[in-house]
Formats: sequence, C-alpha cells, structure tokens
Amino acid sequence: MATAQSRSAARLMMTPAVVLLLGWMLVPLIMTLYFSFKRYLPLRGGDLGWVGFENYVRFVTSSAFWPSVQTTLIIVGGVLVITICLGVLLAILLDQPMWGQGIVRILVIAPFFVMPTVSALVWKNMFMDPINGLFAHLWKFFGAEPIQWLSQASLPSLVMIVSWQWLPFATLILLTAIQSLDSEQLEAAEMDGAPALKRFWYIILPHLSRAITIVVLIQTIFLLAIFAEIFVTTGGAFGTKTLSYLIFQRVLESQNIGLGSAGGVYAIILANILAMFLMRIVGKNLD
Amino acid sequence: MGRITLDQVTKSFGEVNVIPPLDLTIEDGEFVVFVGPSGCGKSTLLRLIAGLEDVSSGQIRIDGNDATALPPAKRSLAMVFQSYALYPHMTVRKNIAFPMKMAGVPEDEQKRRIESAAKALNLADYLDRRPGQLSGGQRQRVAIGRAIVREPAAFLFDEPLSNLDAALRVGMRMEISELHKKLDTTMIYVTHDQVEAMTMADKIVVLQAGIIEQVGSPLDLYRAPRNRFVAGFIGSPKMNIFEGEEAKKHNAHAIGIRPEHLTASKEGGTWKGTVGVSEHLGSDTFLHVHDTGLDETITVRVGGEFDAHHGDTVFLTPEQDKIHRFGADGLRID
Ligand SMILES: Nc1ncnc2c1ncn2[C@@H]1O[C@H](COP(=O)(O)OP(=O)(O)O)[C@@H](O)[C@H]1O
Ligand SMILES: [Mg+2]
Repeated sequence: MATAQSRSAARLMMTPAVVLLLGWMLVPLIMTLYFSFKRYLPLRGGDLGWVGFENYVRFVTSSAFWPSVQTTLIIVGGVLVITICLGVLLAILLDQPMWGQGIVRILVIAPFFVMPTVSALVWKNMFMDPINGLFAHLWKFFGAEPIQWLSQASLPSLVMIVSWQWLPFATLILLTAIQSLDSEQLEAAEMDGAPALKRFWYIILPHLSRAITIVVLIQTIFLLAIFAEIFVTTGGAFGTKTLSYLIFQRVLESQNIGLGSAGGVYAIILANILAMFLMRIVGKNLD
Repeated sequence: MGRITLDQVTKSFGEVNVIPPLDLTIEDGEFVVFVGPSGCGKSTLLRLIAGLEDVSSGQIRIDGNDATALPPAKRSLAMVFQSYALYPHMTVRKNIAFPMKMAGVPEDEQKRRIESAAKALNLADYLDRRPGQLSGGQRQRVAIGRAIVREPAAFLFDEPLSNLDAALRVGMRMEISELHKKLDTTMIYVTHDQVEAMTMADKIVVLQAGIIEQVGSPLDLYRAPRNRFVAGFIGSPKMNIFEGEEAKKHNAHAIGIRPEHLTASKEGGTWKGTVGVSEHLGSDTFLHVHDTGLDETITVRVGGEFDAHHGDTVFLTPEQDKIHRFGADGLRID
C-alpha cells in the first residue's frame, strides 16, 4: 500500500465490504432508534406517532428492568468465571501427552457444535427433569429429594447449561495459548526452584493472560445476547429474565415495538459500559 | 563446591540410544566445555546433569552425594539456556529475583545480590525494563544474572552465545571467562564451536554420537588428538588429513598436518601444487592448494603479506615433528 495508485485501488476494492457492513449495522441501529421514540403497537393501531422519551422512561421504571439487568450480569459473570477456570484446567490437561489425545480433544470441543436450543432442551429433559432426569435419578440413588432444577435453582441451572456450551471455546483458545509457551521457560523456572503450583502461578497464568482477555471479551459479547437457552427452559420465569429476553417479551408478547426498541437501546448502552469496563480491567494485557 | 561425577550414565529416548555408557568427572572450580557437532548429545548430557531429563541408567554424583533422583531445584545448579528462557512478563529485576524469591531469600539480601549482579553484568540501567525491550546481549546478561544470584555449586550453559552476532560473541566469551575467574565456580559449557571451546575451557570434552572421544586441556587436544575425529574437529582451519603414499612413508594409514605447520615457498619444497583460493585475513593468509597428489585440497597458513594468486605454483614443506600419524582404526599412533 505504498503508492497513491495502490491506495486508491485498495479503497475501491474495500468499498463493497465497508458499505455492506455499515449498512448491516447502521440500518437496524437507526431503525431501533427511530421506533424507540414512537408509540408503535402493530396489533392495536400501528404507528401512533412520536412520543419523545416516554418509552425510555417506561422501560426503566418497569419493575422488571433492574432485576433483568441483574440477571444478565449474573449469567454473564457466572459463565465467564466457570468457563475460564475450567478452561484453564482443561487446557493444561489436554496439553499433556496422553493416549487418544485426538479423540479426547474432539470430544471436548463437541458441545460447541450443538445448537443452543438443542443443548438446552437436552439438559432440560435428560438431566434436569425432576422425575426422569439423570440428576433426579442420581439424587434418588443417594436417597435425596430430587431438585426442581429449573424452578428452584433456575439461575445456577442456566449458568451451568450456558457454561457447558462455552467451555469448549475457552478451552480451545487457552489450549493454543498454552501450546505456544516456550518449554524452556518452564524448565528454567523448575531449575529456579519453583514447584508445579508456583510455575502455574508465575509462568503459565501470566502467559495465558492475553488469551484470557480475548476469551472474556468475545464471550461477553455473545453471552449478553443469549436467548434460546432461556426461551426453551424457563421461558423467562423464575427470575431468569435477562435484558434481551425482556426486550423480546415487550416486542412480541406485549406487541409494543416502541418500548422494546427503547430496551434495545439500553442493551446497547449496557454492552458498551460492560465492554469499556472489561477493557479497562484487562486492557493492560492487550498492549 | 561443585564436583560432578557421571558414572556409567546412559540415556535413550525410546529405542534411540543417545548416550551410551559414559564416565566423566568434573572437578570443583573447573571450566569444562562439551564440544561436538550438532545432534551429538551435548544438550542431552547437560540436561541429565541438570536433572531436566532422567538418566536411563547410571549415577550422577554432585560433591560425592548421589543426585541421580534429585529434582532439578535440589541440585543447586543454575542453567543458562540457549533461548535465555527469561520470563517475558517480569522486569529484569524480577527475573533476577525469581530464584531467590522461590528459595525464600530475605528481601534486603535479594536486593544486595541483585545490585551486585547488575553491577557485574552492566545491567544497572535496565533493571526496570522487560526482556522484550533488551538486545540479545543484554538478555544474555540477564540470564547469567539470574543464574549468579542463586550462588549455585555449578553453572550450566547450553550454547549461550549462538544467538549473538560475531562481535558480541567474542565480548561475551571473555565476560563469561572473567566471571569464571572471579567466582571460581564450576562451569559446564556446551557449544558446537571449537573456537569457544579452545578459548574458554580448562578442560574440553569432545563428543561424537554421545561417545566421549577425548578429554583434555585445549592444548593437549591440539597437540595430541587421540583420533582422526578430534584431529579434524579441534583447530581452525581444519587439519589436513590424507591417506595414501605419503602416509605409508610414515608407516601410518593416514597422516595429518595442521595448516600452520606447513610452510609455503615459491622456490622449492616437499610437495608441489597450485593455488586455488587464497583467503587474505590481513594477519594471515590461508592458501587452498590443489594438485598436490595428497588430497583434494591442502590448506596452508602463510604470512599475511605472502603474495600468491589463483593458479600460482607453490611448494609446501611440513614440519616433520608436527606430523600426526593415524592407524587404520583412526586412532593416533605415537
Ligand atoms: N526429547 C527427545 N526425544 C527424542 N529424541 C531426542 C530428544 N532430545 C534429544 N533427542 C535426540 O538426541 C540426540 C541428541 O540431541 P541433543 O542433545 O539436543 O544434541 P546437541 O545438543 O548435541 O545438538 C539427537 O539425535 C536428538 O534427535
Ligand atoms: Mg543442543
């Protein structure tokens, strides 16, 4: 890209992609903003004109708003903690030379290929069902009263399901990071008198910090928007209503597009606050 | 103290036998260099001593105590790796402090040792930088600093200079030698470069395919190589070794003569040949002489001002008492 000619050629060739991407992002964003200032009830009169900030005020003052923000944060935070802790451990384990390594690795990655709807249904019906689920049988085997997972422990159950889906992603990224660690560094630390745990703490973990940062950022973006898992398990009941689920309810169940759009704008703001917050904490690892 | 004894040590990786039974004693305070071509098992031997690899059989003793089963940290040996193996996320200060931190050395003692190591190695200005911000030579020094502060019984170096440029290598070579004189600690140094071996060692161990070909002081090896391999490996440029008529005249299967023990003249001498390439180094000139009937090329060292060009005829005369004789088995005949 040195000469003026090659620069303009490059620009020309990038234009379609840029236009497409911008359109892709800008059109929905602008439409959301547009609707958020309108009273728009598709089944009850359609477009009823501009209402200013009324939708925004109604959305935050509704009793469901703050609990949904809290639920969202709990799910995102819980899944992040579980996937990263287990991911680091699994990555270390998978990095050890062992028999059947290829197959084990494929098995570990497998959950990532299962559609969210399917995996949530499998968990709901095969594991967490209070009568026929595997957990219920396990509890009964030990003489305990089976837990009504999705109603009594709805949030932990959801965190568990979503963590199961995202663990492969974290493991995979962390595994490649571990494999790039120079083994001489570990040997040097061993000679310097660091036992295994200290080698993990002082050498492996700092080496992984960049990969962990990436996992946190990417997962946060996707976890803020989880929907299918909630839809097919609790349907938003038992305190599992996240912000995105609340928006869905406003738009589709209450048929109030203006209110839902205002919620969407709040979701964008929340995602950005969270992203900035995360970047601030972990950003120093991305230098 | 740092007297290291290897007793019938072997090492195999699966089926591959890298070190056949090997005996070696390294005296306290000695500077020992393991030298040999790439892949001959030098690093493996060093790693066995360090404890980073388990021996397949045999015994390693450090100061008379059996260390064969001791973990690396308990052997009180410090190693400098070829890649330096610095911890990239720690500052130079923390890198150097790391082994002391692991050993639980008190803070002010740590500080004292870091200061003195930094002074000795010219690192004082870089203590708060990270390894990524240092040049190759400085990283090398940090790695050495990290080894020094542990006050180990012996230092192990695995080709520490091979990532440095030629000028820096000469400088670091001297620094390491000086460090040895100052600390008076055993040092084991692995290299494939015979110049490093000759200039630094008290004792050279020449290895080939895991077998010790000869152990001795640099000059011993230079004067009396035990076999053709050592003769060809030690000394630069290489010794001229050839078989045939000339060798028979000396009652040997092959004879060797070093380039510096041949004299060249334009008037007359023992062997006649034509100059192929002449390399002028300034102080010396090396002539590669063809068509002598002895070997493809014979290398000879002449004075820097010797005027010879491609195609010139020269006569070579060996110093009779500097001719090395080898038998059909490759061993030296005295
Ligand atoms: N971990 C290992 N597994 C299998 N073979 C090895 C291993 N380490 C070294 N070797 C083999 O041992 C031989 C000696 O290697 P090394 O000690 O690194 O040689 P050097 O340091 O002299 O160049 C080589 O042939 C190498 O392939
Ligand atoms: Mg090596």
